[in-house]
Amino acid sequence: MRYLPHTDEDIASMLKVVGADTLDDLFSTIPDDCRRPGDLDIPEALTEWELNGLMETLSNSVAISPEYKLFLGAGRYDHFIPASLTHLLGRSEFVTPYTPYQPEMSQGTLQAIYEYQTLTARLLGMEVSNASLYDGASALAEALLMAIRITRRKKVAVSSLIHPYYRRVVQTYFEPTGLKMVELPYLENGRTDLSQLDNLGDLAAVAVQSPNFLGCIEDLATVGEKSREKDLIFITSFTEPLAYGLLKNPGSQGADIACGEGQSLGIPKWFGGPGLGMFASKMQYVRSMPGRLVGKSTDKDGKNGFVLTLATREQHIRREKATSNICTNNSLCALAAAMYMASLGGTGFRELAKLNHDKSEYLKQALEKAGFKISFNSPTFNEFVVEFPANFETTYVRLLEKKIVAGLPLTPYYPELAGRYLICVTEMKTKEEMDELIEELGN
Amino acid sequence: MKEISELNLPEYVSYTEDHEWIRVEDDEAAIGLTDYAQDQLGDIVFVELPQPGDVLGKGEEFGTVESVKAVAELYMPIGGEVLAVNTALEDSPGLVNASPHSDGWIIRIKQSDPDELNILMNRETYLKMLEGVA
Repeated sequence: MRYLPHTDEDIASMLKVVGADTLDDLFSTIPDDCRRPGDLDIPEALTEWELNGLMETLSNSVAISPEYKLFLGAGRYDHFIPASLTHLLGRSEFVTPYTPYQPEMSQGTLQAIYEYQTLTARLLGMEVSNASLYDGASALAEALLMAIRITRRKKVAVSSLIHPYYRRVVQTYFEPTGLKMVELPYLENGRTDLSQLDNLGDLAAVAVQSPNFLGCIEDLATVGEKSREKDLIFITSFTEPLAYGLLKNPGSQGADIACGEGQSLGIPKWFGGPGLGMFASKMQYVRSMPGRLVGKSTDKDGKNGFVLTLATREQHIRREKATSNICTNNSLCALAAAMYMASLGGTGFRELAKLNHDKSEYLKQALEKAGFKISFNSPTFNEFVVEFPANFETTYVRLLEKKIVAGLPLTPYYPELAGRYLICVTEMKTKEEMDELIEELGN
Repeated sequence: MKEISELNLPEYVSYTEDHEWIRVEDDEAAIGLTDYAQDQLGDIVFVELPQPGDVLGKGEEFGTVESVKAVAELYMPIGGEVLAVNTALEDSPGLVNASPHSDGWIIRIKQSDPDELNILMNRETYLKMLEGVA
């Protein structure tokens, strides 16, 4: 399916049919104060060679692997992408970010989404997955709104160890609506402090991320028990789904909704996006779930076929009463994730997860041996926090000149964690690179 | 779909423009969806119910019915407090199709202002309205 832009003549003839003079007339129902008065302030168009030059300059201005040795994660993870994926994704039959507008005639696309849903539901241990959302942050916001729809309560508790940007996105969704997000503090061991839940009444949901932003694995089973005791919807968020190759999945720990970012599953880091919002739930809440759903059915001859199902909840039918109006399916990214999970298989996924964990443990122990303090003692997956000495900033810059990025300074996100750095080790880091980091830190 | 003459619309209930019926029993009342509405919607697969104790004004939404082709909102014919909901519809939403005016009732309420009943339609007026729209 191709998407071709309209020519000026196309636009003029369409405007004539509907009786409008200009394109702007079509937006006259939107209040003036919601509209941008002038044009966007963007520079003149470039030639193709000028654009190539600009892109190269931009690309040279950021530290990217493999040129740089990145010990950076914090929501975007440097994983190997099999060549088969890149090849298959480039096939023109698949290249659309959307669910097709005549879905049932595109059986291949629907089957691909169905396979993605199946693999996602299995990975997360949940009963039903949607066709995907934009990214991990909007998936969390949608999960919280879903809990509010289910419980009809207007306040949610969110762990302060959920990715800071995710919390900001939730705030953006909530601010104009009168909904309230309360942040739960964290404990000395790097896990969420649940004790405040007892003092907070009328909560719709509690949301935690595991592994959390400090890399620590949360005790999901305890959060699950607490949620049932307080009659809350239990939401687990994640930035690193690969962790569930090794950890108990959210469903088995009692999660009602599991959602997060799927970039790790065969999607490049790009420039921060697009990502993949993974979203799965218990079947009993399926009608409150945002986004599209592909189901399997049979045609009149009894042959298997794929259909969009429960579409009556969606915006093209229910308009402002839809379960969500910000829920485009990131179809191409979902397809990448499905191919990635299918290529690795259960065993490969587990082995890769173990490799991430073991390599990360290697660096963690080497850092400790070199005299650096690991800040939190809870178990971690492929990220952890280390405390570097005062005046480490100069060392950080020196390492950067040697093309090593020694983690993410946490001060901008958690001012109380001055001198602490979030370090990530994926399968892409070699032992030599880790040893080099330790050596450079010692100089 | 049914012809208007085929509709089974009882005499003893009042009707709204949004196709709900209300059957008054002293200061309580049962509310459901009319035979016409269930027939138009087709196979009903899900009914979203309010919670007992909810207090809703006349015209406020108290739930939704979902068929294979649409979701329709349900509106209070008169104001009142929800006393009971038909929990049988959770497992058997098709009762609204099979028996819209008895077993397929949706909620029971305690009326807050019986005068609001006066402006609802009787069977004859409702049929006239349907003939106008049909």
